Amino acid sequence: MKIEISRGRVIDPALELDRVTSVYIAEGAIAGVGESPREWRADRVIDAQGCIVCPGFVDLAARLREPGLEHKATLESELAAAAAGGVTGLACPPDTDPPLDEPGLVEMLKHRARVINLAHVYPVGALTLGLKGETLAEMSELAEAGCIAFSNADAAMPDTQMLYRATQYAATFGHRVWLRPQEPYLAHGGVAHDGEVATRLGLPGIPVFAETIALSTIFALVRETGVQMHLCRLSSAPGVAMVRAAKADGLPITCDVDVHHLHLSDVDIGWFNPHANLMPPLRSTRDRDALRAGVADGTIDAICSDHSPVDDDGKQVPFGEAEPGATALELLLPLTLKWAREDEVPLIRALGALTSAPASIIGITTATLRKGNAADVCVFDPAHAWTIRPDALRSQGKNTPYLGLELQGRVRYTLLAGHVVHEM
Amino acid sequence: MTTRNPQLNRNGELTHLLTLEGLPAEVITHILDTAEPFVSIAEREVKKVPLLRGKAVFNLFFENSTRTRTTFEIAAKRLSADVINLNIGASSTAKGETLLDTVDNLCAMNADMFVVRHAQSGAPHLIAAHLDAMSRTHVHVVNAGDGRHAHPTQGLLDLYTIRHYKRDFRALTVAIVGDVLHSRVARSLIHGLTTMQTPRVRVIAPRTLLPTRVEALGVEVHTDMREGLRDCDVVVMLRLQSERMRGALLPSAGEYFKQYGLTLDKLALARRDAIVMHPGPMNRGVEIDSPVADGERSVILPQVTFGIAVRMAVLSIVASS
Repeated sequence: MKIEISRGRVIDPALELDRVTSVYIAEGAIAGVGESPREWRADRVIDAQGCIVCPGFVDLAARLREPGLEHKATLESELAAAAAGGVTGLACPPDTDPPLDEPGLVEMLKHRARVINLAHVYPVGALTLGLKGETLAEMSELAEAGCIAFSNADAAMPDTQMLYRATQYAATFGHRVWLRPQEPYLAHGGVAHDGEVATRLGLPGIPVFAETIALSTIFALVRETGVQMHLCRLSSAPGVAMVRAAKADGLPITCDVDVHHLHLSDVDIGWFNPHANLMPPLRSTRDRDALRAGVADGTIDAICSDHSPVDDDGKQVPFGEAEPGATALELLLPLTLKWAREDEVPLIRALGALTSAPASIIGITTATLRKGNAADVCVFDPAHAWTIRPDALRSQGKNTPYLGLELQGRVRYTLLAGHVVHEM
Repeated sequence: MTTRNPQLNRNGELTHLLTLEGLPAEVITHILDTAEPFVSIAEREVKKVPLLRGKAVFNLFFENSTRTRTTFEIAAKRLSADVINLNIGASSTAKGETLLDTVDNLCAMNADMFVVRHAQSGAPHLIAAHLDAMSRTHVHVVNAGDGRHAHPTQGLLDLYTIRHYKRDFRALTVAIVGDVLHSRVARSLIHGLTTMQTPRVRVIAPRTLLPTRVEALGVEVHTDMREGLRDCDVVVMLRLQSERMRGALLPSAGEYFKQYGLTLDKLALARRDAIVMHPGPMNRGVEIDSPVADGERSVILPQVTFGIAVRMAVLSIVASS
């Protein structure tokens, strides 16, 4: 199968390429950009005029809910959502039921994803058995089974000695560790940012210093152990400042933010809107603005969706009892574009936070249109406006603070290794 | 992301009472004015009026309360409503029925009004939003206390009491003393007082019992009780839950009483005609000393009487929206 994606604006952050041209795909791989291969005859031509053609997106946090939580979502539904969102590679956190702490579970997940074949799935293994923070998981076995990093997801690791040993052990074998910085005792019982809104609504708060204290602990452990550390879902202005300073100091860390935190703040909780119950909590507008600036200046490497399908039973309850999270795979692109437009961030830079940057954090080299690479490609119309309605989403999760609102930017085609896995 | 005040209908009428926050001063004044004649009804031989005859009022209490439930029950009965008490507690969740399932079931029994108490902030908002989404606009919700968030009828009865004794809010200094962090009573009273243009509202507590950025609610913050009580017209003492008397927030009830318990000696710093209020039930010797609680400046029992009249006013106003 030879596919030609013609006349689109091709943007490849890894190649620093941004021009209107054609992309040629043959045998599942990129056969050329701008210059057609010799004796080229396409089996299919995709007219991408007015569209942007770029590497498929790589999402650092998307919950697929398998194994164990199939009532919320399945691999079929969520990988279809990924394809519809232009996401061709995604890392899934280990907070499944049971957690991803056994090689068999990881192999099964990889196998199922390969059979469905709508996106590459990169499992993040459990750092500790059952995410309980007590016993190290078999990291090397899990890595062999396909885990690309180790994390305790959102489960608390209150024992700093345990955290120290976990990072030390991971560093021994060169495994990457991904942590969401949050001091568990300070966050305990909290459901919202500890600020004016939580005070007004009477919601137990999670203070900003729960994040900064955790960051300073993590930085000390990175210095001590030399572990390859990735910080998940930064949420506060002081957190961004600390990461900026640590990077300037030469600390080998990377970090991401989830796309909702670039737009929303605790004010969006309104009158207890459970869709605005996210973790980490939505913080103040000042924090949000610092996160936006942090992505723009490269302090924050990648934007992730933090996709969390939650069913109505998890959201149609009082705010404090609601299950945190939002469906987001299909909103990742439009919300990233919205940020780039509003803050006048060049598109190539914004798309870098969805492609080359997260790919290098996972440790893959495919998120580029370099000749010979597997053709994981996204073609999207940046001007297409659509309304976020439950029936417009492929994901089984319909929970999003954007329900009923209009966003710009929609994926027209997604190609996975040269196969069209989504088109509209 | 809607910020429309969910308790007013399109005509600006009060259809649910969920919080005093954002309620216009005219609506509050209307409730207080409506309550006045109900106070005298209680003194009559026949204590009933037929305003809610034929209406079914469900007291939906997910959290234990004797006093508030009883006063709502009396208020509804004096309005001739049929009152059904449901003490659901934590057991219903064990049975697997969700809050909204319970509400739907009671709607199927033709409930006209829900008086809701819940341990979670925002639970009455959830119910009101659900009823609106199901187009059950004739069913009303009255918040009888949700988590730390609001206790609007308590706030209104506090306002009624203050107005009764002090007349004009616009010249007053009011101090609210104690566990503001966990107090829905404090939040509702603060919103009510600021809406009624009370110039000085103070909160007095150790910093462990004050919520983050409490000053954003429009209050002065004092940690020294003696300083905070100076020249006050109204002193509102908050109840300290027993589980909070010893732990991370306070070392002991004794130390708390020394610093923040209201004694005659401390009360002497307030204005000579200052009144003392308490939402009840009191912990004598913890937040308030008996000579103050039983003293001539205490209006704690009149608060209870006014509370029934104010709840009658609220029930009759929302029912007629």
